[in-house]
Amino acid sequence: MHLLAIGTRKGLWLATSEDRRSWSLSGPHHAMSEVYSIAIDNRRERPRLLVGASSSHFGPTVVTSDDLGATWQEPDHAPIAFPEGASLERVWQLALTPDPEVVYAGTQPSALFRSEDGGRTYSLVDGLWKHPHREQWGEGFGGQAIHTVLPDPADPQKLIVAMSTGGVYRTFDGGASWEASNTGIKAYFLPDPYPEFGQCVHKVSRHPSVPERLFLQNHHGVYRSDDAGKTWTSIADGLPSDFGFAMVNHPHKPEVIYNFPLAADSDRFPPEGKCAVYRSPDGGSSWEALRNGLPDGFWTAVMRDAMCTDAASPAGVYFGSRSGEVYGSADEGDSWQRIAEHLPDVVCVRAAEV
Amino acid sequence: MRVLVLIPGPLRQTTGNQAKLEVDLPESATLGALLDHLAARFPLLDRRLRDEQSGLRRYVNFYVDGEECRRLSGSDTELTPNTEVQILPSVAGG
Repeated sequence: MHLLAIGTRKGLWLATSEDRRSWSLSGPHHAMSEVYSIAIDNRRERPRLLVGASSSHFGPTVVTSDDLGATWQEPDHAPIAFPEGASLERVWQLALTPDPEVVYAGTQPSALFRSEDGGRTYSLVDGLWKHPHREQWGEGFGGQAIHTVLPDPADPQKLIVAMSTGGVYRTFDGGASWEASNTGIKAYFLPDPYPEFGQCVHKVSRHPSVPERLFLQNHHGVYRSDDAGKTWTSIADGLPSDFGFAMVNHPHKPEVIYNFPLAADSDRFPPEGKCAVYRSPDGGSSWEALRNGLPDGFWTAVMRDAMCTDAASPAGVYFGSRSGEVYGSADEGDSWQRIAEHLPDVVCVRAAEV
Repeated sequence: MRVLVLIPGPLRQTTGNQAKLEVDLPESATLGALLDHLAARFPLLDRRLRDEQSGLRRYVNFYVDGEECRRLSGSDTELTPNTEVQILPSVAGG
């Protein structure tokens, strides 16, 4: 069965399908809680859903389900909590690792937490929290947060995170020490447009089989790194705009990436209101617009975690909008169909076979 | 001294469906001390009401004998025997 989990500002919806053409929708789960992060761990005997949910009244939490959303569990004590000096506001990212028991959480305020019990409880990664740059990390409109966590597929000592604002940081020693890694990424809104850190990175993606090659959507700017994030070069040529939030890798073809351009920082709609996913077949050297089945008059936006792929073959690609629509493609983006509409603002989607 | 705590519907699953809790506290206890006491019995309730630094959640109101605690002394508001503390989610959201 194919599962598409849809996180919105007012709860979680779960869509299931046998053929990725006809979908059944259930929800809202965790009604009125914003769901900014979802992970589907389908390597377990019983797949586990992990969901970062925040109630505006009762605060943030991480809940898990081992029965595909029929029931949910959370520990009595907060699964993610700062030891001192800060309070958790939102969980922006739940990242699985090769070890099923190790899960990372990226949070607002900008911090990284590590779980060693399959994502039920987490501990602060001290090395990043005590980084001397931290006081200078800024706050974008969405809040100051680590929204991207990329565990290395082979080496558990290596990890990449990205935050808005602050940029990309890397560790090579399991999180004890971190270095800013933003060479070549522009911060046009700062007096020095190429600072060591302070960039407003929106999303970073990579394919696990080529971990040194990274793709990045910046707050204006689309980049690629071939040295595991040490340096970055633009791959924006061929896109109608270098602004946007989402950046996603094809699950099987490391050179294929997906992006959803928005016109500009000051014009956060698809150019001319035409809904379009852009796909590059060659690691960003060229781009093609994918519009078959997507509407005009699409005066909305796709957020940084609101686009994803599944691991099926051919690959499925999915995205959701701030206007509560969810589209899916069962043929790698060549054609699209609407899976859901009239939902609250979609902020996160994740898909898997379960 | 004994105080009475009224639990709103959305939070009763954290108290075993109890809508009213009678709590014995030392004399001259504060609202914060009451919440600490409740935290030991109902940790899930506590984290719905307070963050990990024991800060009161912004959109949860605590009426101490009818007066919202932020118009008194917040968590330091002193309780007296038979005080009624009513917990209510505030009007928020869109």
